Amino acid sequence: MTKARGRGMASVNYPTGMNLGGDPSQALVHSTTTGSFIVTLSSVDLGQGLRTVMTQICAETIGIPFENVIIDTADTDTGPHCMGTFASRGTHRIGNAIVMAAKEARAVLLEVAADELEVNATDLDTDGKGNIHVKGAPSKSIPVFQVALAAHFKHGKTISGRGMYLRERSYPEPETGKMSPADDYAHACTVAEVEVDTETGEVTVISLKAAYEVGRALNPKMVEQQIIGGAWMGMSHALYETTEPYYPDRAHGPVDFNQYLMPGPGDIPEFGGVILERPAPSGPYGAKGVGEMTANSPIPAIANAIFDAVGVRVDSLPITPEKVLRGILAKQAA
Amino acid sequence: MARVPLTFTVNGSEAAEFIESGAMLADVLRDKLGLTGTKVGCQQGTCGACTVTIDGELALSCIVPAQRVEGRRVETVEGLADGANLHPLQRAFAEGFAAQCGFCTSGMLVAARALLDANPDPDRAAVVEAISGNICRCTGYEPIIAAILSAAADMRGAAGQKTA
Amino acid sequence: MEHVKKFFADERPEGFNTIGIPEKRTDSLGHVTGRTQFYADRNFPGLLHLKMVRSPHHHARILSVDTSEAAKVHGVVRILTHKDVPKNIYTILCLIQVEPDDEPVLAEGKVRYKGEQIVAIVADSAAAAREAAARVKIEYEILTPVFDVEEALLPGAPLVNEFHGHNYFTYEGYHCRRVRYGDVEAGFAAADHVIEERYSSAPIEHAPTETTGCMVVPEANGRFTCYSNTQAMYFTLDNTALILNLPFQSLRMIGGTSGGGFGGKVDVIVEPIAILAAKLTGKPVKYEFSREEEMQVSSPRAAERIYIKDGIMNDGRIVARQIRLYVDAGAYSRHSPYGTTKAAAHMPGPYTIPNVHVDCHCVYTNRTPSSAMRGFGVTIGDFALEVQMDKLARLVGQDPMEFRIRNAYRDGDMKAHGKTTSGAALVEVVQAAAALTDWPLSAAAKAASSMKQEG
Repeated sequence: MTKARGRGMASVNYPTGMNLGGDPSQALVHSTTTGSFIVTLSSVDLGQGLRTVMTQICAETIGIPFENVIIDTADTDTGPHCMGTFASRGTHRIGNAIVMAAKEARAVLLEVAADELEVNATDLDTDGKGNIHVKGAPSKSIPVFQVALAAHFKHGKTISGRGMYLRERSYPEPETGKMSPADDYAHACTVAEVEVDTETGEVTVISLKAAYEVGRALNPKMVEQQIIGGAWMGMSHALYETTEPYYPDRAHGPVDFNQYLMPGPGDIPEFGGVILERPAPSGPYGAKGVGEMTANSPIPAIANAIFDAVGVRVDSLPITPEKVLRGILAKQAA
Repeated sequence: MARVPLTFTVNGSEAAEFIESGAMLADVLRDKLGLTGTKVGCQQGTCGACTVTIDGELALSCIVPAQRVEGRRVETVEGLADGANLHPLQRAFAEGFAAQCGFCTSGMLVAARALLDANPDPDRAAVVEAISGNICRCTGYEPIIAAILSAAADMRGAAGQKTA
Repeated sequence: MEHVKKFFADERPEGFNTIGIPEKRTDSLGHVTGRTQFYADRNFPGLLHLKMVRSPHHHARILSVDTSEAAKVHGVVRILTHKDVPKNIYTILCLIQVEPDDEPVLAEGKVRYKGEQIVAIVADSAAAAREAAARVKIEYEILTPVFDVEEALLPGAPLVNEFHGHNYFTYEGYHCRRVRYGDVEAGFAAADHVIEERYSSAPIEHAPTETTGCMVVPEANGRFTCYSNTQAMYFTLDNTALILNLPFQSLRMIGGTSGGGFGGKVDVIVEPIAILAAKLTGKPVKYEFSREEEMQVSSPRAAERIYIKDGIMNDGRIVARQIRLYVDAGAYSRHSPYGTTKAAAHMPGPYTIPNVHVDCHCVYTNRTPSSAMRGFGVTIGDFALEVQMDKLARLVGQDPMEFRIRNAYRDGDMKAHGKTTSGAALVEVVQAAAALTDWPLSAAAKAASSMKQEG
């Protein structure tokens, strides 16, 4: 039994959003009587943590604590239009819509506070902790709570905002393909270390380590969740998964998880990563989309590592032990 | 289909229902008792989302005929917390970002609790073995393993303090 | 994970209150107590269950459908065929003017993939619905299927989808999505080496832990509330209204929490027929994919076949790249016309290459229609591109990391689809990955930057 080790890398970029279709999303933001803010959407959380990152975006833009923002999604009777959650568009498109709505709400908030404090709105700033104060004179301040009450019961103002994101739709030129697919691209480079059993063709992934450039990591732990979860899915694509093991023949398609193979907790490699940020000018606080890219670079990195280990190229996915072993045997025969 | 009576204990309380004779335990828990924390992912017994314990043993409730639990003690994810106090495993999962979509989480927690009840000081291999019947499509498993080890350490520490 | 702050520091203001902070997720308490509400975590009195009768054949004409035995099964409330569907032929991207309509809600006259839905049984229990489904008798005339993307494009291949008239999606009169930039033939002629390689993949399932499904409730005011795990609420609502010829305002979609999506819950596949069933029975209806359906019937990631021909100089510059790519769309369009365009837009990868020629074909075959999945249009392309880059690096005797940096795009570079590069960071992620893994880089490679051209 011989185990051969190898190392391979791959570098990729990935576009943010679904641009060829305009890619719109909208958001509504309003304050309650007591200065909590509700963000109303029709957007879907698939597990990526949309509700959390949108809370952060709204809180930051208005200048209030994270805890004072509620995300209300998804009900098409109350939530304005959202194209949907896919194409790594959510943080960027929905986030931008919320920034716009939150800015409008913040402007009213400061207007009412200015009235209460008898200063100009331009003299005011939020402290992010629930208060509004005069710039340079932090003791001259008023709680957001009080401003909200005043707006509702004294001033007759609604501290609210409306936001919309729409990118001009791009129509590819049929002849040349000139088109405008995306404004922003995230980047990743993965290094994979594998060990190949030369008698069985089985590949063990020892480590998947990568650098990710994400514009801005609005919630670093949630970016990490995408990095690790995506690396696992990439590994699964590379070595395990398919609904048609004899593609293009449709025979023996798996119908349960005993037959549709994915790496289990005992098969996972050492995960490692670093995060870079080159803010996207068009992104909310510079964020780019991350959720899809993380599954892509591990796949060719693993394929290249296998070549490095045993000198076998498998140019078709999934790279099963059978394919690796056939390659090893062919090489030995040659 | 004929209806039959079923009496059993779930999370320490008695349940008594008339159920379809062919009903699976998962459907009784979810539809009759409103305990929707137990999820159904495959109805084939291969994904682990429906994991509960029956008399302390792990079971896949989507393929256990409900009548099998007559007179027995069932525990679901809803039985982990002590009122408003989260179980250390629940705290560890929340703090450790060990859940994304959350659909596998109930089954993972029940499997993890069964492990720690039997072995308060598991090594990584024991944790991996314990959750090998639970599929997660989102997290890549690493944060889940870390959360279980962290909870185990917390519980050993707390137990140590109690006896100290 | 460490943030490598030194890159792009002067483009990046810091010092926010909550942005950049690892705030605890607002859904974690719900997840760890089992209280997060997914669409199926609710019940309604009198809930009916919908199960589908599906084609066992890859390609066949439907000669007759006999539901009489199925109707006798105790518990069956209603049986639906294509005749019940107001606008049975549709395509989900019609809302962004992708045409033609090419897919039936319930098969009409023909089935084009194994597993295609034909008859919907609505019954008071899932068991009764399954029992009745098994008793539907359908007579077929089996037709020759085609499974291979290149075979499907040969003259005389079986026609999969008559709505297109041929086995490919037409892009404004062309048989594929094209990118033309520079002159690849001149590039190949001038190159020191030319290599052509073939890459391929098989379909991949999203396999979310929660299967696709919805529950529909007819409301007292004549509207319908649909609880769904769709990834796109309005996309689902608008398409459903068109298919059922219902006023848009009569539908209400409630959701927002999906037990994993990965692109597999954007096909609007369960809601139209479930809402129709609720309308015709006046009762709540649940339509949930079994795991077997999720695996073999719900759309997978498209299989792709990619030919890459490169011309390269001895010093490592890639001077010409020609790509011929086939997306296996399966029997129907779904999102594939868009995904194929996205694949073309992604080429030739994040590298500056002066001559690029791309043909991306969206091809119909007799298999489960493919659709969006994490990395749509890009994942398999990246596999092909980055294995090719590894081969090229070794061909000219360069280290793979150095080779990437040499060819990486930089700010200001023109891309094959006619846009100028900005916000580039490929050089930096390669440098950072090399540092992270102790992969040696030359001084020149370490000094490279996305923001200026080196000599």
